[in-house]
Amino acid sequence: MRLGRITADLKIVVRSYLRNPVALFFSLIFPIILIGLFGLIFSATGNSAVPLTVLNLDHNSPVSVQYLAELNNTTFVKVQVVNWNASGFASQLGRNGDPVGLVIPSGFEASYLAHRPVNVTVYTNLADAASSGEVLGAVQGVSSFFNLHASNGSAIIGITQQHVGSQVYTYIDYLIPGLIGFSILTSPMFSMVDIAASYRKEGIFRELSLTPLTRSEWLTSHILWYVALTFVTAGIMIGAGVELFGAHVTISLGLVPFLIAGPLLFVSLGMLAGSVAKTPESAALIGNIITFPMMFLSGTFFQVSLFPPALQSFAHILPLYYVIDGMDQVMLFANTTRALFDVLGVFAAAIVVFLLAVRFFKWRDE
Amino acid sequence: MATAIEVQNLSKEYGPLRAVDGISFRVRVGEVFAFLGPNGAGKTTTVEILEGLRRATGGSVSVLGLDPWSDAYRLHLRIGVIPQDFRFFEKITPREAVQYYGSLFHTKPDPDELLSRVQLSDKASSRFDTLSGGQKQKLGLALALTNDPETCFLDEPTTGLDPTARRAIWRVIRTLKSEGRTVFLTTHYLEEAEVLADQVAIIHHGRIIAAGTPNEIITAHGRPGRLRFQAPPALAEYLRARLGLTVVSMDSRVDVELREKTDALRVLSAVEASGLPWQNFTTVQDTLEDVFVRLVGEMDDGALKSEADG
Ligand SMILES: Nc1ncnc2c1ncn2[C@@H]1O[C@H](COP(=O)(O)OP(=O)(O)OP(=O)(O)O)[C@@H](O)[C@H]1O
Ligand SMILES: [Mg+2]
Repeated sequence: MRLGRITADLKIVVRSYLRNPVALFFSLIFPIILIGLFGLIFSATGNSAVPLTVLNLDHNSPVSVQYLAELNNTTFVKVQVVNWNASGFASQLGRNGDPVGLVIPSGFEASYLAHRPVNVTVYTNLADAASSGEVLGAVQGVSSFFNLHASNGSAIIGITQQHVGSQVYTYIDYLIPGLIGFSILTSPMFSMVDIAASYRKEGIFRELSLTPLTRSEWLTSHILWYVALTFVTAGIMIGAGVELFGAHVTISLGLVPFLIAGPLLFVSLGMLAGSVAKTPESAALIGNIITFPMMFLSGTFFQVSLFPPALQSFAHILPLYYVIDGMDQVMLFANTTRALFDVLGVFAAAIVVFLLAVRFFKWRDE
Repeated sequence: MATAIEVQNLSKEYGPLRAVDGISFRVRVGEVFAFLGPNGAGKTTTVEILEGLRRATGGSVSVLGLDPWSDAYRLHLRIGVIPQDFRFFEKITPREAVQYYGSLFHTKPDPDELLSRVQLSDKASSRFDTLSGGQKQKLGLALALTNDPETCFLDEPTTGLDPTARRAIWRVIRTLKSEGRTVFLTTHYLEEAEVLADQVAIIHHGRIIAAGTPNEIITAHGRPGRLRFQAPPALAEYLRARLGLTVVSMDSRVDVELREKTDALRVLSAVEASGLPWQNFTTVQDTLEDVFVRLVGEMDDGALKSEADG
């Protein structure tokens, strides 16, 4: 490996890329479109009323039902009654990505009718102050109304406020690592499969074989370029997600290993797929067979934890799953140990695939 | 002179097809060697084996003392190649391409000087996919020269070039020769081989059917020289009766074959003595092209023979 030759080849790669409008569109504009599209689809429902998850431990007593109906009437909140386990309510809220919750205690109706003080519990989230504020306001308003109505203004229904974990995750938060993973996969896979097949057909590999450039140098310059592109794409996606949809993601150095290991893996895998194929058509087919399942089942658009168990086990054999899971750990859960485990796995796979690609891809025919 | 290329009993099979069928030849250092043959004769196959791009099925090959297939990396540092149908990165300009090759080979070519040598200066900053076929060929030649090669393999370097561009390439080839480099050239332009080549080999159906200097080949396979008159057929009969030489008459042209130098004088005196009308005489000699067409035609069961005789 010689740095001078890698740099020389990198210049050719970058120039070819920057002079290709389609490629530029896919790396710079497409990420914004993706974030925008998915962000809009999944945030459209929550714009007017804040969804309020309610656990009614008073067994749907008439008073509690009326209380909830009044809350709905405020139009600030949209009540969604669930029947979860009371002890796991807060953590379940967090997992679901619901910003606010309300628990009506058992004996609510009895206390109310007997004019005995009783507290409902509002779970709010520090990170989503706006929703919390609206819900607290609505609950306070409706409670006062009930208090006034029942007992000359003496406080019967009080409010206890509690915080849910440290963070609540919304769809857009999960979407950002997912879509970064999506582009880490698709952009090198599709173009490397194409390059492998078309350069061979056009005799460009034969041409390069007549120079001192080696196959591993050639592959390295492409990996370097896709790493750079990945940083740009990730930056665009995070920026768009935060700016347009107020996503909450942690941006830390922990992301860097994933933005390197991912392209290393998929540039090599694309090259390997393109090299084992005999024709450009079969190369595209092999590329698609590898890419499509990963594109949907690795946690790109949908969280793997919401899949049926069989599909979850399948996801666990897809390398992209570990890229996205690792970025989830870094950007959302601050779980360094699990992120480290993920990134080591991806690097190991990447190195194996890189070596296989260098071995299988040939400059010249027999 | 030292040997640059040595080929012995080389063969190459593509499945059942024997594209190269036991050929042998030698190219000396500093020579221009022209490899001729009709389409599909096996020229490109042979060149690619010499360049280490293809593996021979049988026989032995040595280029600059190296085995091209197993020693390809070292060989490529010392040879320059234009493949037939040269292609390059579409969005890259000739100047960038020369700089790229310069960095890869760790040589420092002056792109403008090199591109002007192959008459491509005006397109130095145009992207490859906007170049014409001939301009692409010229870039191929420029790239073949970036590493200061000892031996150049040029597979049809002038195909598709206009006459002035072709002559510019000829000048480059002559310069290469004057610098002591070896040139292995394939071409379909027999005239080109005649003006440039020290040695010529003609390959047909994978076998060499003639080899030597252009003159040797013409002498060995060409017809004798002829005197040609613009004259009526009566002159042909007159000469035939008196001289004992082969005389052919066609379209008010009379051709007399010369066997010896002195024949020319005898023919001229006889023509003068005949008293028949005649106009401007010329001497006619077979060219390499005539020989090529005849040889190849004869082998293809005489299908092209009548044309060769014309
Ligand atoms: N990769 C290949 N696979 C199978 N057959 C091939 C292959 N390359 C060449 N051939 C066959 O080998 C024979 C020689 O081809 P080659 O390219 O060497 O001819 P050529 O003399 O260079 O012809 P041209 O003047 O048209 O360039 C042809 O019959 C051709 O069809
Ligand atoms: Mg050819």
